[in-house]
Parts: sequence; C-alpha cells; structure tokens
Amino acid sequence: MQTIHTDVLVIGGGLAGMRLAIGVKRRGHDCIVLSLVPPKRSHSAAAQGGMQASLANSIKGEGDNEDIHFADTVRGSDWGADQQVVRMFTNTAPKAVRELAAWGVPWNRVQQGDREVVINGQRVTISEKEAAHGLITARDFGGTKKWRTSYVSDGTGHSMLYTMNDQAIARNIVVHERTEALALIHDGARCYGAIVRNLVSGELLAYVASATCIATGGFGRIYRATTNAVINEGMGAAIALETGVATLGNMEAVQFHPTTLFPAGILMTEGCRGDGGLLLDANEHRFMPDYEPEKKELASRDVVSRRMEQHMAQGHGVRSRFGDHLWLDIRLLGRQHIKSNLREVQEICSYFLGIDPATDLIPVRPAQHYSMGGVRTDYRGQCPTLKGLFAAGEASCWDMHGFNRLGGNSVAETVVAGMLVSEFIADYCDSAESEMALSSTLIKQCWRREHDRLQQLMSPDGNENPFDLTREMQDIMTDKVGIFRHGDQLSEAVEQLQSLLQRSRKIRVKNQISGANPELVAAYRVQKKLKLALCVACGALQRTESRGAHFRQDFPQRNDNDWLQRTLASWPDENTASPQLAYEPLDVMSMELPPGWRGYGARDHIEHPAVQQRLSAIEKISQQSPTGDRFALQQALMPYEHLLPARFRGRNARLGEAEPCS
Amino acid sequence: MQLTESTPAPRSLRIHVLRHNPQDPQSHPHMQTFNIEEADGMTLFIALNEIRETQDPALQFDFVCRAGICGSCGMLINGRPGLACRTLTKDLDADIYLAPLPLFELIGDLSVDTGKWMRGMSERLETWIHTQQDEPDLDALEARMEPELAQNIYELERCIECGCCIAACGTARMREEFVGAVGLNKIARFRLDPRDARSDAAFYELIGNENGVFGCMSLLGCEDICPKDLPLSTQLAFIRRKMAFIH
Repeated sequence: MQTIHTDVLVIGGGLAGMRLAIGVKRRGHDCIVLSLVPPKRSHSAAAQGGMQASLANSIKGEGDNEDIHFADTVRGSDWGADQQVVRMFTNTAPKAVRELAAWGVPWNRVQQGDREVVINGQRVTISEKEAAHGLITARDFGGTKKWRTSYVSDGTGHSMLYTMNDQAIARNIVVHERTEALALIHDGARCYGAIVRNLVSGELLAYVASATCIATGGFGRIYRATTNAVINEGMGAAIALETGVATLGNMEAVQFHPTTLFPAGILMTEGCRGDGGLLLDANEHRFMPDYEPEKKELASRDVVSRRMEQHMAQGHGVRSRFGDHLWLDIRLLGRQHIKSNLREVQEICSYFLGIDPATDLIPVRPAQHYSMGGVRTDYRGQCPTLKGLFAAGEASCWDMHGFNRLGGNSVAETVVAGMLVSEFIADYCDSAESEMALSSTLIKQCWRREHDRLQQLMSPDGNENPFDLTREMQDIMTDKVGIFRHGDQLSEAVEQLQSLLQRSRKIRVKNQISGANPELVAAYRVQKKLKLALCVACGALQRTESRGAHFRQDFPQRNDNDWLQRTLASWPDENTASPQLAYEPLDVMSMELPPGWRGYGARDHIEHPAVQQRLSAIEKISQQSPTGDRFALQQALMPYEHLLPARFRGRNARLGEAEPCS
Repeated sequence: MQLTESTPAPRSLRIHVLRHNPQDPQSHPHMQTFNIEEADGMTLFIALNEIRETQDPALQFDFVCRAGICGSCGMLINGRPGLACRTLTKDLDADIYLAPLPLFELIGDLSVDTGKWMRGMSERLETWIHTQQDEPDLDALEARMEPELAQNIYELERCIECGCCIAACGTARMREEFVGAVGLNKIARFRLDPRDARSDAAFYELIGNENGVFGCMSLLGCEDICPKDLPLSTQLAFIRRKMAFIH
C-alpha cells in the first residue's frame, strides 16, 4: 500500500476544487487535487449562461447591489437558505468576478450607447452609459430583479474553468488525474484523508491529509433525464455519507432545468430566455404569461419547469415518438445575436438535431439539472460532525440555495466558496486543531476494507449486473421522484430503491481484469448512488409540504409552520436499507428576510408563527437605523461580516455609488 | 409529404473498434466488431455505451459532457479525428471504424491521455496571464476592456483541448515536442490579451523554433477538423509573421 501525504486533499478538479487549491497554496499549504478526468473537462465547463454578481454596470443592472442579490437568492431558495451564508456569498461574488477578470476571463463588456434588446417579446432600445463603457456587462436571468449575470457568450463556465486551471498550472498545483476517492479515512471523529483508486492502473492508495475537502459536484446521474455530465454521480457526497458520521443536507431539493434539448437532455442555457427567448406550446402560443404574469419565462427554474409540465399534462405539448415536449423560440433574437451570444446553443442544435435556432424552434423539456443538497457544512464549509472534513460547491449544502437555486448562482458559488473555504481550511491547518495523532493501523484498516469490497464485487457469489441496476434506479428517480411528487409514488420509489440496494450487494463483475475496469467502476458506484437516491426519495417522502423544487401534489402548500427545517440524512449502519433523517430548524427570529411570498409562483403558504414578530422587530430596527446607510441597517438586522475571512470583508466599488470607505 | 409515414426497419450497424489494453501483457492491438441496432437520434456516445452495457463491459472510452463542449471524446471516426459524442450514426455508413487518437499515450481501447499532454503543453508555453501586479484589488472596479476585444479573445479561447488538431497534424507526427495548433492558438490568445504583460520577444522564447511556430508545414489538417471551427490557419500565419520579425 502506497501512502501519499499532503496538507490539504481536494477531491474534485472543477471550479470549486481548483479555486480551493489556489487558495490554500497561497497560504503556504501543500495540496493535491484528485480528479476523475483531466480537470479542464470538469462539468463546470458546461455552465453556459453566466455568473451572478451585483456589479451594476449595465443600465439594466443600475441600482443593483448585494442587498438585492441577497433578497433574490433567498426568495429563489423559497426561504430554505442560510441567510448569513447568502450574505457572505453576495458580498464576495463581485470580488470573484473581478479576480477572474484579472486572471484572464474575457467577460463580455458594456458597449456605450444605444443597443436593441428583446424584452417581453418586444424589441426595445436601451442606452448604455458612457461611464460604464468597457466594464463587465450582464444579462437577465430568472428570478432576479436586475440584469446581474456576467457572461462570456454562452461559454462562461468554459472560460472560467480554463482560466482557473491555467492559474493553477501557473502555481504548480498538483493534480492527480483519473483518480477516484472510494472512502474517507476517519475514526468517527476526525477525517484523515481518503482511500483512492487509480482509474488507469486500478491501484489502491492512501492519501493522508490534515484537511480533506469534497468538491465533486452534483449527483444528477441518479436520474435518467439529466443535463449533468456522465461523471456527476455524487461520489463525494456518497463517501461522506458512508462515514456514518457526516450528514447530507436537503437531498430532496433537486432542480429541474426548464429548457433541455429534447430528447437528449442537453442544457439550453437560461440565457436563451434571459436574452428574450420565449416558451411556446403545440399551437405556438406563448403560455408562460398565462401562469406567471409577473415574471413570465423568467420566474425561477422550479416554477417554470412545473408550469411547463402542467401545460403539457393539459394536452398542450408537442407530440413526438419520444413523448411530449414544448418549444423554445429564440428566433426573435436574430441571427447576429445568436451567433455572438448563444453560439454553443446554436452548435448543439445543429449537431444533435440538425436545426438552426435562428429559423427553427428548439424542442425542449425540463430535466434534472442541479443538486441543492450535499455534504452539510457550517459557514466555514466544515462538516460539523467530522473534524477535518470540508466541502464546497455543488457537492456541499453550505446552504445558499435552499430549495431552489437561481440560474447564475452556481458557478458563482463554486468560485466564491473556493475563495472563502480555502481561507478557513488554511486557518484550520495553521491552528493546533489540525494536528493529527494518526495510527498507521487505521490507514491500513480503511485501505483493507476498500480492497476487500472490490474483491467482493469480483467474487463469483453474486449474479447482479451493475448496468441493469443503474438503469432501474434512474428510471425510478425520473418517474417517481421528479418534478411532481406524490406520497404513494414516493413510497413505491423508496421500496423499489431499497430492493435495488439489496440486489446491489450481490453484484458480480464478470471482467476479472485489473487496471481500468469500467464494469467494476459501475459496480461500486451504483452501490453508492443507490444510497444517495434513497436519501433523496426518503427525504422527499418525509417532507409533507412543497418548497422550491420539491413539489408534493398531495401537499401543495409551502408549510413554514412545520417545515422551515433543513433535512439532515446520515447512514450510521451500513447494513440498513435507508438513511436516518433528522431536521435542523431555521430560526425566523434571526432572519434578515423573514418568509413571505416569492414574487412569483404560489401565494398560499402556511405562515410560521414567528414571522409577524420578526417583521415588527425588523420595522423597529429600520426606524432606529440612520437613514441612507444600507450597510448599517444590514448590520443591525443580521450581522455577518465578522464571519468572512478578513481578506474578503471590503466593500465592493460600483459606478455611481459613493467611494467605499475601507 | 405523405400523410402516413412508414417507419423503415432500423439499420444494423457494425462498429469496428481498435482494441488494446496496454495494462494487460497478453493484449495485442486488434480490430473487434460489434453489431448493434441503430436507434433514432443515436450518437456514438449512445452506441458505445450500449455496447459496453450489453456486449463488452471492458470496453474503454472517455465521455464526460456528451454535448460536444468538454473535449473528452476525441477519436478517429472512419479515420478522421472528431468528437464522438456529437457524431450521429445516421450520418455514417453502417460500417463504422473507430480508433483512438494517435500521438497521445494510449490508456486502453479508445481512451488516450490527452490530459497529460495538454498540461505539459500548458506548462511549456506558460498558458496563463502574466501580470506585473502581484494580486488584484478585488474591491475596486475592474480594469476596462473594449467589448470587441473581449469577444475576439473569447473567439480563440473556445478551444476545448480535445486533441483532434494534434491527431490531424503532419508535424506532430514527425516531432514529438511540437506544440501544435492547440499550443500556437493559445499563444495567439494570450498575445491578443492586453492583461498579459509578455512581449513578442518573450513569446518568441516559447515558440520561436521548430517545435513551435516554425515547425508548422501549413498542411492545415488542424483547421479542417477543429470541432470548434477555430480560425487556426489565420492565427498560425499571423503568429508566424509576428515571430519572424523578432530576430
């Protein structure tokens, strides 16, 4: 058994992982990044539309600031988010965009003067200020009051990921490509690294680290219909769950993106609608204003996806041999705009369907897109129950998205969390707390257990096929734990998933080759994925309300009275067939923005008893606060600045705002 | 158009794959044929996964995004480098020949180590913004940039490092160290970017030789096959001209 030592082990080479590595290295700590694939191939590259940050440079973003970004994000989350974390995030997002700008991302820029844009189906002329010329511009996105999404055409994630990686290469960050963490090394109280499989040679190694950070992205591939890359199998969250100590937060909060290319499930960016694209039904009728007169196509993703499914269920979908779909219409944006700002969309339409979106309608249907849930952490990105374990990005439940993430807030989170959590990890490594008294016996035990598990999968006792189990799981999740959920179907899903989990313990890998063995990989991953699927399904079954992306037909109201709580799933006993669920209440009395109507979607939620009390308290604080100073008011309502690393506490400069006094 | 369309019987595809597992001392390179039934909208991503799941679970290949944006699945498709995930079987004959990209280290079957090659290239060519400033001021307004310039930089930044240009390159075949269109395009990208403080003389140090811009024979296979339609021939010519004036 080979053992590799480092200060910080980063599992995952996407945007979050690479920014983490850069951050801890800057603070003088060694780190190694593990990546399933060459890191520039990570799924961060698929984020097309952009990154939210309240720069307020474009005329349509004028007046924007952290406060508005905060409120949009909390409303988007359907009040599931940790509001202090949202504050930390919205204050850091502009810094993240500016850091990336300095590092090389070619953000689209403001062009002064008149330009034509499409708003609400109409061509209108807007005029950009001379003072803003050359600063980073923004496009409109769903669930936002301002145009706040910075972008690079529709290849934003690609540009960000390449820039981040190039910066990591410049700093000699070590990446071990084609490696996979199979288990965390831990003693029930402290995490010491991971047991890692080399996906080319099949070798099993131990990586020992003072701090371990999971940044492996989401788990969309537990669904059949998903925009996620094939590597998004949630293995980071799964190995945290398998410690029996770490918890996963809000796993039932799964986002479905409204516009994915039908039937392939490939993402068509929200930028299509942000830039003025419309949704049409079989009669080419624009139906969203009928349901959502305020935000129309640009309500939050959970709302738009539900309205689309509802409209199809009423018989207005376009029939095809693969099932029903709707149309995305970006023809009105014009060829020039599509060519410069939506070119990946154009390319994907052309290659996969042979259509030209400048003249043809795009067939779309909602599909799984994002995992709001993940490894539960505190505001530092640290697992509260397993010391030395951290998580960041989509793999985590940090929890800035609650039950629904806004478009443009995910790539923003990856970089912001990378910036902040790397500082907290470095603090941890600098402190006496990180010192380890680690016995080699423990490492050996963990290594042996993984080794034996792999051997077991290859043994002739079993008879189950991992590919079949995967397909069955994906069908169950898409058919029964999807956009519309119901107690009866969820119960069925749980039962069926449990039976699959039992069967997965009897897998037989026929290929006895060492080294790269795709069948073996499928085998150990499906065992882990089934546990994640059960966390999602059990969480969804227990949560007898509708919140954000979690919609129960049998409990259609948001119920703050009973369910203003975060779900925590753990798996303490390996031999059981379901996770243990616990709940963590959100404290209304400390919220800056108490629960109310989101500004779109249903208005009929059941109120939390403390809301009125909190609202009066807020009113009193607002009256006492000196007028005009939004920072002082915010500080009085919900202090958070002290939580930020000192380096990132500065005020963000904006055009037209008074010079920040630092 | 006829009102009643009769669905023709699906084609039977014969997918011929060049197999070899360098990890296995018994393995030797050979072609293996898999028969599968074509389905509507079938891509090589779908076809190869079906083969792995139903016929040979040991078959190695790389897919990540399956949407043509991550560059993982470059391979020789009927002898021509391309992205397998967005290649529709209906555009190909029923006999489809697949082989790994040449010139990269073979991992197994259709999987090659482009990651290692690309990282090596990036390290050699220092493909990052070189600034004089140590750390940017994150609280201040960002430096301005002309909108058109930003778009032009993105135009060159669309490269997905799939390796197809290397596989299609005559020079790369003769010179192991040749940085290829992917490398030279990156130099063009950073040279265009005013945030990068490097001078042409500094770029010359990196590519002013036969493993760099003077190695290119202008066969332009790279331009023909680039899956992102990058303007490689223009950039190569431009960079060569700029570099020729240095000494």
